[in-house]
Amino acid sequence: MIAKFSADFPWRSLLPGVVALAVSAVVLGHAQAGGRHYFPPVDDPLVVEECGSCHLAFAPSMLPAASWARMMADLKNHFGDDASLDPAVAAKIAAYLTDRAGDRGGQRHGEKLLRGVATAAPDGGAPLRITELPRWVREHRKVPDWEWRHRDVRTRANCTACHVDAAKGYYDD
Amino acid sequence: MKPFVRPFALIVAALSSLPAGAASHEAQLAAYASAARAASPAFAGFSAERGKALHLRHFAGGKPDTPACATCHGTDPRAAGRTPAGKVVEAMAISITPARYTDPAKVEKWFRRNCTEVLGRECTPLEKGDWLSFMLGQ
Repeated sequence: MIAKFSADFPWRSLLPGVVALAVSAVVLGHAQAGGRHYFPPVDDPLVVEECGSCHLAFAPSMLPAASWARMMADLKNHFGDDASLDPAVAAKIAAYLTDRAGDRGGQRHGEKLLRGVATAAPDGGAPLRITELPRWVREHRKVPDWEWRHRDVRTRANCTACHVDAAKGYYDD
Repeated sequence: MKPFVRPFALIVAALSSLPAGAASHEAQLAAYASAARAASPAFAGFSAERGKALHLRHFAGGKPDTPACATCHGTDPRAAGRTPAGKVVEAMAISITPARYTDPAKVEKWFRRNCTEVLGRECTPLEKGDWLSFMLGQ
């Protein structure tokens, strides 16, 4: 028997379900789109140890190679802290970071984050703060001031306070 | 066995019976002790009590954000601390984090950085030995 479209059928009662389905489809779509916010995490134990003791070992693809080179050349003045290292260790870490920098091949997400950033800027000009990249600022424009001041956040460098999977490279949430 | 061999063998046996960490702790304290003695002939050993006072004391010479060791590490050495950037720092007490203080270069690296931040100068060998004694007793 073929079910016929019937005026008797309670179509109206299905409406909430249809709406719920539509909403979840949109949410799911966003979640998948959000999957693009992936920055491969640091996978070298030496780099994790030396760059991840005070803060999250930030993904190399979040800055251009010139930035990492500039940063690694002045660890004595690392955002106001002395992060100086044995020169041989610093050289290894610098190589790791620049090889995987956002303006090196195959870093799709880094490329997006670095859009509008002067990646080729020679000595002195390359940006040092990920949190000052135009794209970063735009993505975080809706975060209210009180959230930044929250005692579990306190600094814009504390990615993991909100992005729970940041250490794994995911910044979707 | 020749008579002079025996004490040597005993010392080797005693050293090798120590866990690797403990042997390293002893060696580091000994190095700080000889440096402290060189700095002041009046040196009469380290004090965990002084180390505790150092850990808690507020200094004016360093960065305003980090006046004390305890600012980031917390006042209880057996509890975890937190860096200004939000990273958890495992407890400094050896009983809670036994992997600590086994690499002298790492210990020196953190003394150098953190003393500069907190005290505004490098720590003296006496201060390092006192502080390390405090943590090794916790």
